[in-house]
Amino acid sequence: MQTTIKILTLTFFLFIIGIFYLSLNKEKSYNTKSLVGKKLDKIILERFDGNDFLDVEELKKNDFTLINFWASWCGPCRLEHSTLMILNKTSKLKLVGINFKDKQVNAKNFLKELGNPYHFIAKDEYGKISINFGVYGIPESILINKELVILNKYIGPLKDEDYSQIIKTIN
Amino acid sequence: MLSNLGNSLLFLNAIFSFIIIYFSSKSIKSVGETIPSKIFKISLIQTSFVMSCFFTLVAAFIISDFSLVNVYENSHSEKPLFYKIAGTWGSHEGSLMLWIIILTIFSFLFLIKNKNHPKNYRLYTLIFQNIIILGFLFFILFNSNPFATVSPVPKEGLGLNPILQDPALVIHPPLLYIGFVGSSIYFSAAMASLVTDYSEKQFAYSIKNWVLVSWGFQSLGILIGSIWAYYELGWGGFWFWDPVENASLLPWFAMTALFHSVIVLEKRNQLYFWVITLCLMTFILSVTGTFLVRSGILNSVHTFASDPSRGVFILIFLSLMIFSSIYLLFKKYKTSNSFINSNSKETFVLINNWFMLFYLLTVLIGTLYPIITDALTNNKISVGPPFYNAVIFPVVAVFLFFMAIGPNTKWIKNKFNDIKNFLFFLASALVINFLIVFFFKSYTVISNLIIISSLFLIISTMFDLVKCFKNSNFDLARITSHLSFGFLVLFIGLNHNFSIEKDFNLKVGETISFDNYEIKLKRLSLKDFSNYKAVIGNLEVKNMKLGEVNILSPEIRIYDNPSTLTYEAAIKTNLIKDYYLTMSNIDRSEFYNIKFQKKPMMIWIWISVIMLSLGGFLRVFKNANNN
Repeated sequence: MQTTIKILTLTFFLFIIGIFYLSLNKEKSYNTKSLVGKKLDKIILERFDGNDFLDVEELKKNDFTLINFWASWCGPCRLEHSTLMILNKTSKLKLVGINFKDKQVNAKNFLKELGNPYHFIAKDEYGKISINFGVYGIPESILINKELVILNKYIGPLKDEDYSQIIKTIN
Repeated sequence: MLSNLGNSLLFLNAIFSFIIIYFSSKSIKSVGETIPSKIFKISLIQTSFVMSCFFTLVAAFIISDFSLVNVYENSHSEKPLFYKIAGTWGSHEGSLMLWIIILTIFSFLFLIKNKNHPKNYRLYTLIFQNIIILGFLFFILFNSNPFATVSPVPKEGLGLNPILQDPALVIHPPLLYIGFVGSSIYFSAAMASLVTDYSEKQFAYSIKNWVLVSWGFQSLGILIGSIWAYYELGWGGFWFWDPVENASLLPWFAMTALFHSVIVLEKRNQLYFWVITLCLMTFILSVTGTFLVRSGILNSVHTFASDPSRGVFILIFLSLMIFSSIYLLFKKYKTSNSFINSNSKETFVLINNWFMLFYLLTVLIGTLYPIITDALTNNKISVGPPFYNAVIFPVVAVFLFFMAIGPNTKWIKNKFNDIKNFLFFLASALVINFLIVFFFKSYTVISNLIIISSLFLIISTMFDLVKCFKNSNFDLARITSHLSFGFLVLFIGLNHNFSIEKDFNLKVGETISFDNYEIKLKRLSLKDFSNYKAVIGNLEVKNMKLGEVNILSPEIRIYDNPSTLTYEAAIKTNLIKDYYLTMSNIDRSEFYNIKFQKKPMMIWIWISVIMLSLGGFLRVFKNANNN
């Protein structure tokens, strides 16, 4: 009996210390930068104003795709919108917009006012789909290639240097 | 300059610890029952050097010596003097200085306060304590040196996080540290007792006051932390079951179990190995807590900067402590065949211990489980209030009944003569609970159980108080603590049950009404303070039923160094309730988001905890007088 207790106690403490040691070497802060270079998971997107779906696999038809997360209530999204409008004119790049936790009326007004740069708009009413892309705040954009590999992530509104970088990457 | 002075003092302290260990081991081998006076002298010098070292760091903060990295990172020349001083223990490195100072002072006091105990027991305690001191000195010197310099010397410091600039947070760490670092002394004493086979009642006698003192301070430290969270975090609650809070609660449970079972060891010479286990466990849990907090493996409101190398150091130290103590415990363990009657005070003390262990395990599992799943499966989960509330509260209700009955039982063999009394207490508790439900109309099974059981404890302890007055046989310490614990649970129950919370948006001049309340945002004003600017709201809260009007002024503060936005809650406290109001701005809108809460009995929750720890201190004074 005593030996059993001894062994159990020892095992317990070794286990706990082992766990502590493992935890020390873990990446603590949530950082999505590490997603660059990884392939997109199979995700299905629901069209913003319809019932049809887009499988991200279909994005393989495009040379490059920029997936942009936005909402009408998000101030910085307004800022980057002009950049998106210009990017829309680039032939090798298709734009997918994911409307994040938004009301459809407001989103539509937003696009009416500033223009619609997107080739496909998906809705994400509860912000759940965006989590699968590793998004934790909007605006955020993800540039992927034909193989659905993430080439870059742009956290925050797209800036001029981001624009030049995107153009450089796709050409 | 201060850097050199501080480092030399730290280094000298390490040497003193070696000398103390050397002389102590030499003296253990020699005959005679007196401890050589040089050991006392070196201990005294060590203590004064540690204090000088600490004050050197304080001085660096006061004169804003930014050549020290620690001062540069945690202070600012324009900060009020009070917070400059508090900055000393606001950082990881500085708080380790607090560790060392408490370890050393307790070591010295234990040495001089226990003259009636065997020489070798005292010397071994001194040796173990100095090994711990050395461990932490090495940690400070080689990993977390508060006297490290930066070159070139920066002109200005980075400042202390504004949410830490609060009087409560100035005293929170020292109080908490006296509590859980203080438990080191009975860890060392327990190890010494095992080595020297000093297992009589006398051992209980030598540690009991230390347990009570550390418990009292730990309770106050936890309380101040809660008060800070309530006033500063703008959430309206005072306990989050946050992993770091749990880390301070774990040793508290162990201490509570310990000072109850120490009584059994002292009076009946039983439970020796159990007392030893609790002594060892308390400090091990304290160091585990330090590890969890300082290594940064927890995500919590306490965002301490983390650095894996710190974690490795504390983990090695923790492992050494754990394995040496369980080795010694298993080596010396003897089964005793003392018999404990199931109806006796001993049993009731054991019941207290089982409950404490149950709480301890619950909180430990809740705290460690997310770490385990994250380490093994990469799955991030968090264990929150629903778990703790569901597991702990129903059990608290049962616990309180035992807490009421236990103190009235007799040692060795008890007979229940007071069943009639208890039935009367139960009936009164039920009636009062019925009245509360009837008049205030809020009902859940658990909250009723909690209220009934706490009333039962309160009534029966009050009855004890009256009895004690008659017999002039005072156990005021126990009565104070048990009574305040009963009140604490009762007030938490009432607070939980009768809180009102309402969230809404208002612009200047607008009024909103709900239930019996009418709230108006009258105006906003902008004010400049020495280290921040503030947008101050002026809100009128009208209770239409009572016709009572209160003006509350929540603030949005904009700090410069470092530049941060904080929300300051406006709180109106009176004897039966708090009004709690926070205001935050909404981007690009003239509306402000207002959160209004009515929290009954808040001030009594704080008072109950103060009285609870007062009970512990009363017992210490009484013990001191009896000596």
